[in-house]
Amino acid sequence: MAYSLKNELAKKERFMGGHRLCAGCGAGVAVRSVLRELDPEDKAVITNATSCLEVSSFIYPYTAYTDSYIHTAFENAAATCSGVETAYRALKKRGKVKDNFKFITFGGDGGTYDIGLQSLSGAMERGHDMVYVCYDNEAYMNTGIQRSSATPRFADATTTPVGSCSPGKTQNKKNLTEIIAAHHIPYAAQTTFIGNFKDISEKAHKAIYTEGPCFLNVLSPCPRGWRYDAADLEEICRLAVDTCVWPLYEIEDGVWKVNYVPKRKLPVADFLRKQGRFAHMFKEGNEWMIQEAQDWVDAQWESLLAKAE
Amino acid sequence: MAIRERLSGNEAVATAMRQIDPDVMGAFPITPSTEIPQYFSDFIANGKVHTEFIPVESEHSAMSTCMGASAAGARAVTATSSAGLAFMYELLWVSASMRLPITMAVVNRALTGPININNDHSDSMGARDSGWMQIYAETNQEVYDNFIQAVLIAEACRLPIMVCQDGFITSHGVSNIDLIEDEKVKAFVGEYEPENYLLKHDNPLAVGPYGVSPYYMEIKRAQAQAMKDAMPVIRDVANKFYDMTGRQYGFFEEYKMDDADVALVVIGSSAGTGKEAVDRLRSEGQKVGLIKLRVFRPFPRIPLAEAMCKVKAVAIMDKAEGFSNSGGPLFNEARNSLYDLPDKPYAVNYIYGLGGRDITVEDFYDIYRDLYVICENDDPGDVYRYVGVRDSRY
Repeated sequence: MAYSLKNELAKKERFMGGHRLCAGCGAGVAVRSVLRELDPEDKAVITNATSCLEVSSFIYPYTAYTDSYIHTAFENAAATCSGVETAYRALKKRGKVKDNFKFITFGGDGGTYDIGLQSLSGAMERGHDMVYVCYDNEAYMNTGIQRSSATPRFADATTTPVGSCSPGKTQNKKNLTEIIAAHHIPYAAQTTFIGNFKDISEKAHKAIYTEGPCFLNVLSPCPRGWRYDAADLEEICRLAVDTCVWPLYEIEDGVWKVNYVPKRKLPVADFLRKQGRFAHMFKEGNEWMIQEAQDWVDAQWESLLAKAE
Repeated sequence: MAIRERLSGNEAVATAMRQIDPDVMGAFPITPSTEIPQYFSDFIANGKVHTEFIPVESEHSAMSTCMGASAAGARAVTATSSAGLAFMYELLWVSASMRLPITMAVVNRALTGPININNDHSDSMGARDSGWMQIYAETNQEVYDNFIQAVLIAEACRLPIMVCQDGFITSHGVSNIDLIEDEKVKAFVGEYEPENYLLKHDNPLAVGPYGVSPYYMEIKRAQAQAMKDAMPVIRDVANKFYDMTGRQYGFFEEYKMDDADVALVVIGSSAGTGKEAVDRLRSEGQKVGLIKLRVFRPFPRIPLAEAMCKVKAVAIMDKAEGFSNSGGPLFNEARNSLYDLPDKPYAVNYIYGLGGRDITVEDFYDIYRDLYVICENDDPGDVYRYVGVRDSRY
């Protein structure tokens, strides 16, 4: 059946309203979009790293998830999920569990790119049948917008503040999707919320129903940290993709595929301009920042296209 | 009929694990506990157990996998030592608060700084307030027996448990052991049937919430109650174990205490050396006794105080320094338990055996002699003492 957003939205919600995420936050959109792709007859256990998402969606005694859910700590979500998935195999073997379960983990960029990277690498390498979803909002938002290794260069974060001696963050963003792809897992992809959600929906379904460890990196803007109007979430995502700041691509069994090549590649400045965290880049004398940001994005994009050839 | 064997403490634990046949083991090697996952992997490789083994990339992930597995409804075990236990530290608190009955073999080793691979109790003592139960062993036989009992204790209390033994001393020392038949162990531990778990067919479960202030304290109080309620559970499981094996276990063992004038309180393998000192001194007519503490968490405050009150002076032995300026952890808790009693013995502390420093029968003679001096002078002197330090300034 051809993809239709109407069909997607008719599916049973597995992430309910009433959680306390901010208006205009990408995390909730990421979780809803991914969990919708579970086939209705399948059960799931959701694992969550400590994050905005965790403290907003499971405040005792209320949970926003209709499926089983476990949170243990910040840096170990992938290992925790490994344990759940292994228990499933053990109990299934002994005939104690009969249902089909899927295992999906959500972590922010702090819990994934940084403090949880070892745990994630271990789980991917061991080959657990699970999907790890990073909702990447490009800083430690839960503690108040500190820089992470996912924060782009020049972003104004609370531990890389812009000042008379500082242009904001001085390092470029880590390429986590490529790091995870280097584990030679069956499926890794980058996505975000675009148009009719076809990209994220299809990638989530593929990740959930591909056997073995799969990874989704979902750009999930944060209105507080990025400083945009809550209503602009979709436009920010669209600009990230059309400027090639956040290319949509996937690596399936080692084959690289770019899923979207913009008809007209927009200048990076179009993406930066919409966000308060980059406002200083548009001050007189700071043109070099925009130029260097553009050069970086261009080089990354060319390198991706070369891999996908 | 019991099976006579000769096993190291690590082999004994691995054997107990094989007989229990848990659902999941997640473990990472660290001296001196490394052999436990090694022996166990060998059992798996040869089809002797049905357990799923997770060869994780760290102890942090070892505990994380055990938590995930346990919450999912599986019986989960692990093993570690020293820095490995320290690396799990945050998760010890989380797993206890989640009320996950994980059984962990701790092969006690000095907690590094400077790095040292030999035995003391600084690793598990450093985790004493994490909400885990702790049971210690003197011998290979005891660690084997404790591990089998621990699974039942943990599951009945819904609390995780550490089964501790002394690194190298018992873990690598081979000695005679009576093993229980596989089918008897299997029947003793039974099936793990949790009430709620992540993979339950008819009711999903959410665990690990954000515990806001209006609920947090009740959760902690319930945990404290579980630790309190563990006392009768430990006793009942020991009784059931006695019925199966004829081997008797309490919160502590009293050795020649009934007519003793002075006594030691000690944890772990050093109790064996202490008992030898007791026997020799008794042959010379000195009425000395020894208390070997088996269960440190929950702390058997009242019965231990009653046992110590049989004598005029006790030396409370700590194989861990607490850097508190008021003595080691066992001393503080044991001495505290005496406070409300009208007629209590003098209680002094000896820190000993750090980083594998030997303690000898002769050292114990000296300690008993000190205790008699305290009784004669009616004065405990400095209660915070060291045994076996070579630096003449102390």
